[in-house]
Amino acid sequence: MIILDDLTLGYDRHPAVHHASGRFEQASMTAVVGPNGAGKSTLLKGIVGLIKPQSGRVKLSGIDKRDIAYSPQVAEMDLTFPLSVLDAVCLGHWRRTGAFGAITPRLRQEALYALGGVGLDGFDDRSLESLSVGQRQRALFARVIVADASVIILDEPFAAVDAGTTLDLLELMRVWRMQGRTVIAVVHDLDLVRNHFPHCLLLAREIVAWGPTEQVLIADNLETLRNRTEAWDEHAPVCERGAA
Amino acid sequence: MLVASQLIDPFVDYAFMRRALVACAALALGAGPVGVFLVLRRMSLMGDAMSHAILPGVALGFLLAGLSVPAMSVGGLGAGILVAVLSGLATRYTRGAEDANFAAFFSISLALGVLLISVKGNAVDLTHVLFGSILAVDDSSLILVASVATVSLFAFALILRPLAVECFDPIFLSVVDGAGGRWHLIFLVLVVLNLVSGFQALGTLMAVGLMMLPAITARLWTQGLGRMMVIAAAIALMSGYCGLLISFYANLPSGPSIVLAAGTVHLLSLIVGTEGGVIRRFLHPRHLRG
Repeated sequence: MIILDDLTLGYDRHPAVHHASGRFEQASMTAVVGPNGAGKSTLLKGIVGLIKPQSGRVKLSGIDKRDIAYSPQVAEMDLTFPLSVLDAVCLGHWRRTGAFGAITPRLRQEALYALGGVGLDGFDDRSLESLSVGQRQRALFARVIVADASVIILDEPFAAVDAGTTLDLLELMRVWRMQGRTVIAVVHDLDLVRNHFPHCLLLAREIVAWGPTEQVLIADNLETLRNRTEAWDEHAPVCERGAA
Repeated sequence: MLVASQLIDPFVDYAFMRRALVACAALALGAGPVGVFLVLRRMSLMGDAMSHAILPGVALGFLLAGLSVPAMSVGGLGAGILVAVLSGLATRYTRGAEDANFAAFFSISLALGVLLISVKGNAVDLTHVLFGSILAVDDSSLILVASVATVSLFAFALILRPLAVECFDPIFLSVVDGAGGRWHLIFLVLVVLNLVSGFQALGTLMAVGLMMLPAITARLWTQGLGRMMVIAAAIALMSGYCGLLISFYANLPSGPSIVLAAGTVHLLSLIVGTEGGVIRRFLHPRHLRG
């Protein structure tokens, strides 16, 4: 279980996620939804510890930080780097190999098996650069499979991915949830959230709503989301909330 | 076999040529992989900046101890690491980009170096530091060059994975490995070490050429990381050998000859390289079935 306790994350003292509280239950599958600049990626980075809270905290209950697998947006990687698809997938083993440990034939076999699982049989020796956007996303999913983590956090896994691949990846996420893993993903397609994600977190710097999807994705909340024009205020006053 | 013997004789007959060849071989082994990572990290010009940065340290060593290899090397190493760390810190805690900070600090460093040399030394000393003289490599230089190559190869064997992941997916690395630029810092130390080891053989200016040219060329021949490092080292080695021969027979300075040999390989590879060479681009082989 991951608990957000009055969490504020941001850059240069300006909050990108403001006083967020709530919990991701074990084996839940939550879509994080919100407009551009709503703080979705920031929230995920805060949970995995890439950004330190400006106030409040993230509590991990019953899980170790190393049980979390995180897949950043593809845009944040250098795909021209000369790594083969199999090399990239094998990185999922990091928890077992660390920086120096060997990729044993067994670990390699697991990675090949994961590649097969995402429909990339025979792609192991290809360069990442030569893959299509959807195939890269599949390869990243294979890396997550290999990590065998109890919490899986994905930043925009369906960005620029075709319908068929999206359904394949969703099926994979369903299996993860059945296996008792917790899944948190940033998703933009509301229909997709309605049909496949039991839980939903609406974020517009502050949490607009968080709970069962059918109670969160209602007209009122979506209206609120649209009206939250989050203008950047260079001279915003110091936030007094929670200071007492 | 007149021609064949001409390719070997200089090294059989003259000890200074043998030393030079061994120095080149060691330099090639260390600098090749370092260069490959500089290219992959999009820091191709950083080697150049760094080679300028080590100058005041070398000059200081020279002023204190004369043409002493250990003193100049320690000085160069110190200056290089200082500039690397200062620009790293500036990048981390201020707004500037890393290359901009490097440019700032190496400029300061270079000016300090030139100032130091011109106050106490003379033009000949400056020329020696800038252009080196591989034909005057002595035992202590050889030991230094060989040690640096050994350290580099072991270090690369050890930190290859985090170093590669840091380029490929830095966010993933900080999640699984924690924050902190320690791999980057180790790598920068390797860069400085190899430049320092190259400077007395080739000079600070030419050492960068032997580091970067083969690495950039290697990318025109392969897409694999391991193969890239092997090819870079091989090209550097070959350039060292050819450059020495040319400089011997044509009575030319060795440093530029070696780098120009590497440059020739590069220009040829631009045309015939299998991964993105010009010819490959204009050949239109028939497409495959799938």
